[in-house]
Parts: sequence; structure tokens; C-alpha cells
Amino acid sequence: MQISPIKIISLLFFVFSGFYLYHAYQIRVFAFDENAPFNAKTFPILLGYAGIFFSGLYIVLPEKRPANVNLSVLDYKRTITLVILMIIYGVTILKAGYFLSTSVFLVLSYITLGEKRWFWVFVLSFPFVAIFMFLLHGLLDIYLRDPLLKHLGIIG
Amino acid sequence: MIEGILIGLNTALSIKNIIMVMIGCFAGTIIGMLPGLGPMTAIALMIPITYGFEPSTGLILMAGVYYGAVFGGSTSSILINAPGIPGTVATSFDGYPMAQQGKAGKALAIAAYSSFAGGTIAAIFLLFAAPSLSKVSLAFRSPDYFGLMILGLTAVSAFSAKGHFLKAMMMVVLGLMLASVGQDTLSDIPRFVFNNMNLADGISFVLVVMATFAMSEALSIIFKGSDPTQAAKQISLSKLGSIKLDKEETKKMVTTIPRSSIIGFIVGVLPGAGSTIASFLAYGMERNFVKDEEKQKFGKGSVNGLSAPETANNAACSGSFVPLLTLGIPGSGTTAVMLGALLGFGIQPGPRLYQTNPEIFWSVIMSMYIGMVILLILNLPLIPYIARILAVPRAFLIPLILFFSVTGIYLMSFNNFDIYLMIGIAVVATILRLYEFPMPPLILAFVLGGLMEENLRRSLLISDGSWAFLWDRPLTLCIMITILFIVFWQIYNSYFKKK
Repeated sequence: MQISPIKIISLLFFVFSGFYLYHAYQIRVFAFDENAPFNAKTFPILLGYAGIFFSGLYIVLPEKRPANVNLSVLDYKRTITLVILMIIYGVTILKAGYFLSTSVFLVLSYITLGEKRWFWVFVLSFPFVAIFMFLLHGLLDIYLRDPLLKHLGIIG
Repeated sequence: MIEGILIGLNTALSIKNIIMVMIGCFAGTIIGMLPGLGPMTAIALMIPITYGFEPSTGLILMAGVYYGAVFGGSTSSILINAPGIPGTVATSFDGYPMAQQGKAGKALAIAAYSSFAGGTIAAIFLLFAAPSLSKVSLAFRSPDYFGLMILGLTAVSAFSAKGHFLKAMMMVVLGLMLASVGQDTLSDIPRFVFNNMNLADGISFVLVVMATFAMSEALSIIFKGSDPTQAAKQISLSKLGSIKLDKEETKKMVTTIPRSSIIGFIVGVLPGAGSTIASFLAYGMERNFVKDEEKQKFGKGSVNGLSAPETANNAACSGSFVPLLTLGIPGSGTTAVMLGALLGFGIQPGPRLYQTNPEIFWSVIMSMYIGMVILLILNLPLIPYIARILAVPRAFLIPLILFFSVTGIYLMSFNNFDIYLMIGIAVVATILRLYEFPMPPLILAFVLGGLMEENLRRSLLISDGSWAFLWDRPLTLCIMITILFIVFWQIYNSYFKKK
């Protein structure tokens, strides 16, 4: 027997709603608020039940439009690489600074997606980020934290 | 009123203020086009700048940014299916399919004309009906607001994903759950924070909208190995002719614009409803108005389906100024940011604003007309150039979307955690998209979550814990009956109707 992926997602959402509901009941409210008509946990509790209701209904009712997704044609390699690059970008953006981390992220992403026109890879990374930073930081006066450029004395 | 109009015209037509409207519209259009950077971010970024100006000038600049960003948001919705703001989510339903069919220029032209017409008609409504319309919104009570929000969410679930109602309702619940993270607004009690201080203030709207739209859209394109720019490359490389509308398309717009303007304006006046509900309601209602033949085209590139939400969201923008200026209650998240700016100027909006600062009230209204004209002049000639965004190769476009998304969050918080959270939500959203779980209901639910809870709180406290407030007032009862009808009809249609 093959279980539909959407039913599995609904089941996961059912479990997640149960988890959410459990934590909704655990929310600590003030003693004088415990029996009030509405307190901090009233709405979350209703949401927990609503999640269980709708996901439960999907699991129970027959599926009229099963999903038709061919998993073998999906590009896992590039997608996962991009996600990893974004995580590394997130890790380095505060330490290495906005300019360097963004430029490197863009270069690696272009290469990951198969771009080989090196001139455009360069133009749309380091110079592009520099112009973008100038517009934000220089013209619009929007603060951009960049310890590296600050250390080099390029930005204040 | 005549005296007020003259004062407003005098202020709005000063060289300085006209330049401010132009700068605001231009900056707003560009920022609004960037996925995830909507009017809230744009206006918030403008607040420090406006403190150097007179209050009326500052407000005119922010109003220009607001319209420009809504206009620009439509552009990114149509071209890359990445709405900068929730108010333009409905625009992508038919705008993006049109762009994929190689009609990006036409879609942008329809959006530009509809926005102009909707905004102008609503500004006329605002001029003549502001005082009496504010009384209509005063007649609404918390139970009505609560019901109206559920109605909006149910309608979105019903219309945004045909045949996937239960999936859409799961997305609604997920959106509300995400909105419940952080401190409770009234008691400051932390909820679902798990001892993580980064979650204490809740999850930002910009983060969720960028993760579920811009970022997950970009990842989905790579994941599926598709190239959305392929079909549109031909049109973006073609000449100006592609933005011209034929007679039939113009005729369709002429019938759609008046009714969508009215819906948009009325919904915009209601505090909390705003351009998102207006655009979705207009989209849903338009679908019911058109003939069966046109109805089949909805979601696949319908002219009516694109014109209706575009008209309504701009009309709602004008309408949302009514409660802000006359009652001091923001009609949307964006006007809430503007309320903060007004308070910063030392101005308390409310019924007395008419008497105490007539130049502010009327100059903002007058600047709306000027802003609409400027947007039309600015956007239409730029359409072929804007459409060229699609000619950017996929290998460049996708990293740039991801870069703008991360930058948007970085500018807001300077916090790594928000970036990780955004990536996490985007990955989940990419998987959900693969199995046709619709994202618009999640976004709308996330935006309305706080307001829904607030109105439920008031309703339950007033009724002393009794749920009778749902049927005590005739208006609330009508709303609840409509909701039940939609829910049962959708479930019946999806699961029990024999074909």
C-alpha cells in the first residue's frame, strides 16, 4: 500500500498541531487571569484544535486529487548546495562583513547554477554589491554593519 | 470643505512637496519591486529622514512611498511571483501566469491602469465621503471585525487554491500559529519562545513573506529545474507594442474597475482590513461577477482577475487613510507605521485633526491625486525596461532574489538567527509548494493573527466568556453564516460532489 505524500504532510501537521496544543496549555498566565474569559493561552489553544481538525479531516477524507510529483527529476544537489551557501552566508555576514560575505555568496551561487561568463560573474558580485552598499549606506543613509570595511576605514 | 481643499492644494502643489511626491513614488516603486521589501520597510526607512521636514511634507513623502511600493510590489508579483507585500499577493494569481505566457508587458499595463483608476476613484471618494465613511467603520464592533477576518481567510482559502480548500485551511492555521510566537501583546507573557530571546518579539512579517514567497519561489525553480524566464524572454526583448491593450481587454477592465474601487475603498476604510483583504475580496467577487467562460481563465491569466485586485488594493490604500486621519486608528500595517511617524511629529490623529491641522489632512488627500498621476507617468514608460528583468539569466536571477531576501532581513535586525529562521521557513515552504499547498492563505493569516486575537479578546471579555457574540449582532450573524456556507460548500464540492 502506498501512502500519499500529502497525507504524510497532513499527518506531520496533525502531530505538529498536537505539539503546539500541548505547549499552548503549558503557557503560564497570571494567577488572576487563570479563569478569565480570555487569557494569553486562549487563542493558541483554539489554533491547536483547529490544526488538528483540518489536518485530521484531510487524513480521514478520501483524496480526490492526489499529487503527481516525479521525485526523480528534482535537482536535489543544486538546491541543497544553495541552502548550505545561504546558511554559510548567514554565519559570515556579521563576522566577515556585508560586502565580502555577500560578494562571495553571489559568486559561489552563480557558479553553482552553472554560470561560466566570468566577466558577468565578477560584475554582478563585487562591484554590484559595492554600488548597492553605496546607495544604501552612502545615499539613503541606511546603516549597514560591516566590521571589515570599518576596520579598513572605508565606512564609518 | 472648499476652504480645506484650497489649503490642501496650496500645500501639496508647492514645488518642495511635488518633488517629495515624485521622490516617494520613485523610491517606493523601486523598493516595492524588490521581493520582500514592501511599503512597511520602505516607510520605516523613511521615518528618520522625514523628521527633518515639516509634518505635512513628511507625510506626503511617506504617502508617495506607500503608493509607489504598492505599485512596485505588483510588478514583482507579476514578473517573478514574489509579492513584496500581502496586498499584491492576489495580483500574482493571474499576473504571473500572464507573464509566463509571454504577456508580461500587457499584465504590467493592466496593473498600471487599474492601480491609477482605483487610486483616483478612491481619492475622490475620500475627498467627498471621508467624514461620513468614518461613521460606517465606527458601527463595526470587535465581533464584526473578528468575523470579517475569518471571512477573509476562508475566502482566500476557497479562491486561491481551487480544490485544495483543506490544504489552504491548514496553511491558514500555520500562519496564525507563526503569528502567535512571541510575547502576548496585552500581558507580555512569552509564548512558544522556548527560552530563545530572538523569538521574544515574535517573527517579523518581512521574514515570513520573503521566506514563503521570494526565497521559496527561487528554491522551487532550482528544485524543479524549471526556468520561469524562458517564456517571458521573448516578450521582454520585444518592443513597446506588447504593453498595448486590445478593445476586449479594455472593455473587461472598464467593467471591473468601478466595482473593485468601491469594494477596495470600503474595505480600506475598515480598520485592520486593509489592501490585502480588499484585493482578495475583489478577486473573489470578480470571479463571481464574470461569465463562466472568463471564470475558467481565473488563475491562468485572466484580465479581470488581474485588474480587480490591482484596482482594489490601490483603492484600499486611499481608504486606509480615513481611519488613520479621522479616527487615529490605522487601517493597515503600513498606516500603523505612519501613525508612529505622526506621533513622532507630535501630532495626534483623530477627529480633531480636521480643525487643528487642516493643512495636513487636506494636503495628504490632494497629494494622492498628484501621486497617482506621477505613478502612471513613471510606470508606464518604464514597463518595457521593467519587463527586461525577466531577461536576466536564471543563474543570475535566483542568487539575486536570495541576496535581496537576506539583505531585507539583515537590514531589519542585524541578527543571524533571523536569517537561519528565514532559510528554515523557506525550505519547508518549498516542500509544501511542491505538493500544491498554497502560500497566500498563510501570509494573510500571519498578518491578521494579532488583530484576530485582539478582537476575539475584546469580544469574549465584553460577552463575559460567552460565544454568543458570534450571533448576537445581525451583522456578525450574517458574516458567520457566509463563513459556514463557504466552508461546507468547499468541502462538499471537493469531496462529496459527484462529477
